[in-house]
Amino acid sequence: MSTATITPQPLTAKDFATDQEVRWCPGCGDYSILKQVQTIMPGLGIPKEDIVIISGIGCSSRFPYYMNTFGMHSIHGRATAIASGLKAARPELSVWIVTGDGDGLSIGGNHTIHLLRRNFDVNIMLFNNQIYGLTKGQYSPTSETNKVTKSTPFGSIDHPFNPMALAIGADASFIARSMDRDPKHLQEMLKRSHAHKGASFLEIYQNCNIFNDGAFEAFTEKSSKANETLFLEQGQPLVFGAQKDKGIRLDGFKPVVVDLNEGFSTSDLWVHDEQDFYKAQILTRMFDDPRIEGHMPRPFGVFYQAFRPTYDDLMTAQLEDAMNKKGSGDLDKLLAGKETWVIR
Amino acid sequence: MPNTTIEQLEDVVIKFAGDSGDGMQLTGSQFTNNTALVGNDLSTFPDFPAEIRAPQGTLAGVSGFQLHFSSNRIFTPGDACDVLVAMNAAALKANLKGLKKGGIIIANSDGFDSKNLRLANYPDGINPLEDGSLVDYQLHTIDVTKMTREALKETTLGMKEKDRAKNMFVLGFIYWLYNRDMSSTEDFLKEKFGKKPEILESNLKVLHAGYHFGETVEAFATRYKVEKARMEPGTYRSITGNVALAYGLIAAAQKAQLPIFLGTYPITPASDILHELSRHKNFGVRTFQAEDEIAGITSAIGAAYGGHLGVTTTSGPGMALKGEAMGLAVMLEIPLVIVNIQRGGPSTGLPTKTEQSDLLQAYYGRNGECPMPIIAASTPSDCFSAIYEASRIAVQHMTPVIFLSDGYIANGAEPWRFPQSSDLAPIEVKFKKGLDEGEEVFFPYQRDENLVRPWAIPGTAGLEHRIGGLEKQNITGNVSYDPENHEVMVKIRQEKVDKIADFLPLQKIELGPEKGKVLVLGWGSTFGAIKSAVLELLSEGHEVAHAHLRHLRPFPKNLAEILSNYEHILVPEINNGQLIKIIRDQFLVDAKGYNKIMGVPITKSELAVKIREILAQ
Repeated sequence: MSTATITPQPLTAKDFATDQEVRWCPGCGDYSILKQVQTIMPGLGIPKEDIVIISGIGCSSRFPYYMNTFGMHSIHGRATAIASGLKAARPELSVWIVTGDGDGLSIGGNHTIHLLRRNFDVNIMLFNNQIYGLTKGQYSPTSETNKVTKSTPFGSIDHPFNPMALAIGADASFIARSMDRDPKHLQEMLKRSHAHKGASFLEIYQNCNIFNDGAFEAFTEKSSKANETLFLEQGQPLVFGAQKDKGIRLDGFKPVVVDLNEGFSTSDLWVHDEQDFYKAQILTRMFDDPRIEGHMPRPFGVFYQAFRPTYDDLMTAQLEDAMNKKGSGDLDKLLAGKETWVIR
Repeated sequence: MPNTTIEQLEDVVIKFAGDSGDGMQLTGSQFTNNTALVGNDLSTFPDFPAEIRAPQGTLAGVSGFQLHFSSNRIFTPGDACDVLVAMNAAALKANLKGLKKGGIIIANSDGFDSKNLRLANYPDGINPLEDGSLVDYQLHTIDVTKMTREALKETTLGMKEKDRAKNMFVLGFIYWLYNRDMSSTEDFLKEKFGKKPEILESNLKVLHAGYHFGETVEAFATRYKVEKARMEPGTYRSITGNVALAYGLIAAAQKAQLPIFLGTYPITPASDILHELSRHKNFGVRTFQAEDEIAGITSAIGAAYGGHLGVTTTSGPGMALKGEAMGLAVMLEIPLVIVNIQRGGPSTGLPTKTEQSDLLQAYYGRNGECPMPIIAASTPSDCFSAIYEASRIAVQHMTPVIFLSDGYIANGAEPWRFPQSSDLAPIEVKFKKGLDEGEEVFFPYQRDENLVRPWAIPGTAGLEHRIGGLEKQNITGNVSYDPENHEVMVKIRQEKVDKIADFLPLQKIELGPEKGKVLVLGWGSTFGAIKSAVLELLSEGHEVAHAHLRHLRPFPKNLAEILSNYEHILVPEINNGQLIKIIRDQFLVDAKGYNKIMGVPITKSELAVKIREILAQ
């Protein structure tokens, strides 16, 4: 076959689908996430063979089977560690990690924080449904306190993780939040995650309609979404509400909701700066239960982005440096060492 | 200068013992290097407490370094010592039983003050240096501390820093006693303290003071010399097991033209492999000190999936943590080298002591039917060729391989007639480059005649595929829960490992007749003790043979036949009987065990006693 005359056809979303039947429950939020990933992939300009998707265990972790790229469905909690090794070995690959609230924050929590602090240039998609789906409905480390599940008939007494605060606590260089029910926003966040050089931590609210239906209803349903969510945009004041008439203002270090119809204007508001490390911490702490009176809206979008060297680049640089200083390794010299003697 | 005569010796065992802060390991390793350069055959046994600084002066804090050197071939660090250097009372008490009657004791009298005597649990008012209890030995008492301070009286160093050089005084003195040139240690000190001229100067001064003390003091009428050993001609160096292992990995990677990725978590006694490999980045070695044992192996799996020689190193407890990931590597059928430097267990056990107690873990310690090849090294230098072999099997048979060493050979040193890179067997590795002519879809679990699946690494157009820990459909690799398929796959994975035996050398008899009364069957670090004991019995005309297993899974194809050629099979192990269980299970032979579980190697003499017992039956 001659390739010289063939112009490569641009890839489409279909090129990223496999022949495997998708086996999530009907109505699962994972379908939307899969669709958005398949939609944005062609636009990234990366050959399919250079993309690797690695997952752990859980409903979300079936993801690689449905993506026509390289992929590994590994063991519980370890996708982040496997991806770290792969990226260290092969920095030129585009490595994506699919994990869930159980996989990435419970059994694999240790690897997640260490990947973030090391800043491998990979993209973590954490599907958060606040429940254990694959094991049929136990509470997860992000489930709210008092949650009644199969394993907590009297209500959970665990205090939940705040994934964004955890990630920034681990010095993540990119943290963002999106949701399965907002395809456009999710696509945008996936593209931003990919564009970031360093570890991207994208938390995706994902509805489990079987074991935890409606967990994020307040943020995803048309009737409440505008008032309960705060979509962050770089350089823009923090405005929300159906009428765009509410905003967030900083009172010292404390965010407060103000009414733009009652004496405040947008110039009084907090202006979002993705590179402001201190304000990013405040954003991560806007994590109120939407059922509580006087709660803050929940932020979505890119909370924080920092530019610091990636582990993979630093490792490559150390190897190159050693090569330049010592020259390519000479095995015979190594084996002989410094001191030898001869027996005749 | 007093008259001293020089006496030729064939064989010396010397033990340096002191508090863990006394620098005995350094003293021992310096004397070892020097001994190597003289051309003696040698074998060492460093033995130290798990605590970095156990309570000073106590029995628990004693650190020892035993060195056996000879003008003959030797295979063990020696059963009993000819010379014991005791820096304090505890060191004497802990090691006296290992000293031959008539042996030399060199005692640092400052380490026998009332406080040290009390800490060593001597009864009030009893000082073994003075009460005549050491009459069966040649006792030489030296106030090392005083002499060291004296040698450094003109320096501005603090007392603590001065006292730190004590071990150099002892080393210098021993160099005199064995008639050695000290330049190897002088060079070592220059390299180590080149940037701290005052420390360098004082160490050199004390080293020389120790040597001159030997010359001037009247007490030692005899100096000793051990001639070059009659070893196979060639160029030698001294090497420890862990360094040989690191070099073996580098050599295998070079020969296979693969970069190395080591994912690991520090653990005694395996950490030195990480330390060594991390120095050789110019060989394309990537070392990753992971957050835990699990990330150590899983990162190596990620790198192996990406086409590197993936390696993880650990010891028993870490091995337990890696179990699930080993199962993943078996399912993925990717190459991986898993190194276990065994130590005393279970749990944290005896972190710095040796044991061969992870063989059953290596065989059976995973969920499901999870066969993996197992290879064990038998001596420090054997770590090189054994890990080379393990790497070859991993990449050519697309399988994780378990490599077993132990604390004894990992830290022990011996002379090594190192190979030339051109002598090393080639390791051919083929990545699948794309779809073959007529191949429309890539099936990741399509196998060759050896049941080996292709290594298809990310970045290869046309080979995009998904693999994972779920059971796969034969050939396509798709997820399958089909009952018949599962049985087929379990059998295939087993057969793939069994088939490796077709590529292994046949088991040889190390020593002794091909048929006869007793076969001593060993594996791993018992090699030296078995060989020495069998040599002794053969020289007395007994029908004893020694076979030593490097390949523990699969076994060499002729092992069954070998076992049938002897009336008795004896399996010595530093555990409660592990290989023996497998041998009895697989070959239905009535093998007998000799087991020692004290965290120390089996000695030649105790093993010889056991073999005699069997011969007498």
